[in-house]
Amino acid sequence: MAKAPKPRVKAPKKAEKGDVVTIKTTISHRMESGQRKGKDGKKIPKRIINKFEALFNGKEIMSANLFTSISANPYIDFDMLVTEAGEFEFKWYDDNGDVYTKKSKMKLG
Amino acid sequence: MTMLKYKKPIALAFGAIMGLSVSTAFADDHMSDIVHIMPQTDPVEKGMEKYAHGDARSGITYASDETRVLQMDDFENPAFLWVEKSQEEWSKVDGDAGKSCQTCHGDVEDMKGVGTVYPKYDPEVGDLLNLEKRINLCRSEGMQATPWKWESDELLGMTALVKMQSRGMPVRVDIEGPAKEYFEKGMEYYNTRVGQMDMACKHCHVDQNGNYMRAELLSQGQANGFPTYRLKWQKLGSLHRRFRGCNNNIRATKLKAGSPEYMALELYVTWRGNGLPVEAPSVRK
Repeated sequence: MAKAPKPRVKAPKKAEKGDVVTIKTTISHRMESGQRKGKDGKKIPKRIINKFEALFNGKEIMSANLFTSISANPYIDFDMLVTEAGEFEFKWYDDNGDVYTKKSKMKLG
Repeated sequence: MTMLKYKKPIALAFGAIMGLSVSTAFADDHMSDIVHIMPQTDPVEKGMEKYAHGDARSGITYASDETRVLQMDDFENPAFLWVEKSQEEWSKVDGDAGKSCQTCHGDVEDMKGVGTVYPKYDPEVGDLLNLEKRINLCRSEGMQATPWKWESDELLGMTALVKMQSRGMPVRVDIEGPAKEYFEKGMEYYNTRVGQMDMACKHCHVDQNGNYMRAELLSQGQANGFPTYRLKWQKLGSLHRRFRGCNNNIRATKLKAGSPEYMALELYVTWRGNGLPVEAPSVRK
């Protein structure tokens, strides 16, 4: 879609210790596979999000390597056991070197 | 036209109950013999009752469970990538007049109900307008900004954002007065065979809805969910893009998005779904 990828995250703002929370993430991204041809007949170069990382208080809680066949606007969700309050940091690594980051805080109680 | 069933359009009766003024003169002319929606013998699936109105069934009742889940959750619904961008766009000043959408219309929440009445005849313009054309007119006349291209992310997102404010409200397009002419033109197009396969819209969406065409389940072709995020497109798409796709499938000439024929067709197709809830932005296969 749009030129500048836009990350979206749905993570709880508040949780009890011992809860299992679901974190949903998505980012707008074309995920150009490198297999398509443009209107001029030339191949459109590959450009995908090749890595996704989720950190909590600086510690990695989940990461994923993405490959060519992932559809546009990749959606990733996962569960996490809550042990402490802190800050999430989500990172998407683009093929062109860009890293898109989004942060979100979570309180206990 | 030998396949016509002699039956009054069901939706007309509903229109009368709902207090929409449907002229009786219309019921007398030959067009009223056309069945608009094939009554389904199956009852509406449990839990899906709110997506049906009389014999009209929204496209979501034909969708798979996975697709339904995507639509029901605003976060999982991929269309919201576009909608959220347009939310920022709403208050952004653009054009020589130094105005944004917000300047004239206030908060986007105030647009509640707007999505239910389009396409409608605008006496000032003297033509039929759908939401896309209305937004672009606002841009060119009100804001003195360049209108957006028909299938652009900006226009699709803004259309979805405005229409979304009426989610759950019943569609109620007016086909009275000057709009009637367009309505009849649209109905004619809907029932006219075109293209190499010599098919009309109604052959799939009236006669065969609920049946499979190869692996495709044919729906009634309702418009209440547009603009829709279609998984095949991997982006939002307008109703006119869908029209073009349908025309392509039956090997007919694709018309330009926003052409008078498609505008009239949009009015007719939307009217068929009068009473169905606005679902935009929906998710379809």
